[in-house]
Amino acid sequence: MTRRRNPSLIAGGAIVAALTAVALFGPILNRTDPLAINLALALAGPGAGHPLGCDSLGRDILARILAGARVSLGVSIVVVALSLAIGAIVGGAAALAGGRVDGAVMRTVDIVLAFPGILLAIALAAILGPGLVDLVIALGAIGWTGYARLVRGEVLSLREREYVEAARALGARPGRLLFRHLLPGVAGPLAVQATFGVGGLIIAEAALSFLGLGVPPPAPSWGNMLDTGRAFILVAPHLTTAPGVAIGLSVLGFNLLGDGLAQRFGRRR
Amino acid sequence: MIRYFVRRLTALIPVALGVVTLTFALIHLVPGDPVVAMLGDYAAPADVQEMRHALGLDRPLWRQYVAFLYGLTHGDLGESISQREPVSRLIRERYPATVELAVAGLAAAILIAFPLGLVAGADPGGPGDVGAMGFAILGISVPHLYLGPLLMIVFSLDLGWLPLTGRGGFSHLILPALTLGAALAAILARMLRQSLVEVSDADYMRTARAKGLSRPRALISHGLRNALTPVVTLLGLEAGALLTGSIVTEIIFSWPGLGRLMIAAINNRDYPLVQGCVLVFALSYVAVNLATDLLYSAIDPRVRLSR
Repeated sequence: MTRRRNPSLIAGGAIVAALTAVALFGPILNRTDPLAINLALALAGPGAGHPLGCDSLGRDILARILAGARVSLGVSIVVVALSLAIGAIVGGAAALAGGRVDGAVMRTVDIVLAFPGILLAIALAAILGPGLVDLVIALGAIGWTGYARLVRGEVLSLREREYVEAARALGARPGRLLFRHLLPGVAGPLAVQATFGVGGLIIAEAALSFLGLGVPPPAPSWGNMLDTGRAFILVAPHLTTAPGVAIGLSVLGFNLLGDGLAQRFGRRR
Repeated sequence: MIRYFVRRLTALIPVALGVVTLTFALIHLVPGDPVVAMLGDYAAPADVQEMRHALGLDRPLWRQYVAFLYGLTHGDLGESISQREPVSRLIRERYPATVELAVAGLAAAILIAFPLGLVAGADPGGPGDVGAMGFAILGISVPHLYLGPLLMIVFSLDLGWLPLTGRGGFSHLILPALTLGAALAAILARMLRQSLVEVSDADYMRTARAKGLSRPRALISHGLRNALTPVVTLLGLEAGALLTGSIVTEIIFSWPGLGRLMIAAINNRDYPLVQGCVLVFALSYVAVNLATDLLYSAIDPRVRLSR
């Protein structure tokens, strides 16, 4: 088998790896406090000691971008993991149970998907109030539906395969069947969807924080940095440039990685 | 065609009812007391009780639900707490601005996507392809909450060509439409390119080339029509998302639409108004998706014959 070049996979993988490293080690290596206020330096441009300048309260923007990476990437990855787990179990169980259970689950999914995603997240976040946990709940409550639909479809087609029938004939219970034999077969498409999902969630988290419904200040997230920076766009555009580029680069990385993975898994089947 | 139409319309009824129910449940079942949220944590219990009674929240849940459904059939969405006006009137005032923005965003997306997709698809791997697709990747990655301020800096502040915010004539529409449509434009351009590359291998394309048409000529007069089907599908799937994408865009450009009304209602803890806005957004989304399905079946008869 000759492996064709897959530049998206390499470029996307590199960006995502770099981002992960920044989120993990950035705040350790750069010891500047992202919450330290110094009004003398308010809106200061990039310079010595503050490579990306300072925000409206004189807080170091680089330190806030690094700390914000943990929040923005962390929230997105936790939400995707949560949605994936719920979606895989619910979708898999619905496909195996069939009949009324399947019907009821899929109607629920249809109704949640009948809402444009961000709208439900906005409404839920508004009711739950601002806060990290509430944000994760609001985004996760919507996210699982896409994965449930994907897993159900794949499991329905895998169910009839011989190796699954063999496992069933040997007396495997539904739980074992699902986790040992069916879900591994869905891993490829799930990985693709989850990768694109992280990219989408970085934007969703930023949008919610931008609307004042996400990560509450003073904790930095890329979204609320964009929101507060917007007021100073005339006098200090560097306040919005840094989080804007950070969000753009992350989304680019996850989208490229998703493209690359899709190419890879697409050819295998 | 009429049978298909009726079938799709009946399939819509449970979905619409589900959307209405979920919106109701969202406001009424999610933990957190809207009345306490409105009056603050230190409100006197008597005041809370009175407010609850005034809003009808002290009735059993099923009766509130029935009243909500009954009101809906009369176009009654309750009264806004912060503005003391019927929710339906407030929404009616703002809705046209949101539709205008969404339609303009859609138009902007199509106008950008087609030249890009055609240039890229006409010569896969060539310099035009690399440039156009690089531009498209950028369009997907730059979030519209950053693109909006960026466009404002360049075109309103530096160049002074276009107004900064607000709704008015055509010139007010350009920047918000570009902000809203950019991501969709990028997705569409990529789809169009891929679709063009796929059809360029088809037998009828070889025939067209064999009879002496140049590659661009063959692509435009024979390839494009066939390449359009998946693009139209995608356009339909994404068109509804423009409605809610407009929420952030409206905030950035101070556009007086439904999105800004909803965010203001959220900040004022005006739950009847939030409920009304969510419902109108969601039902519009469902309606747009239905319209695309029907349009699609008109273009491609195979859709309505199968299933």
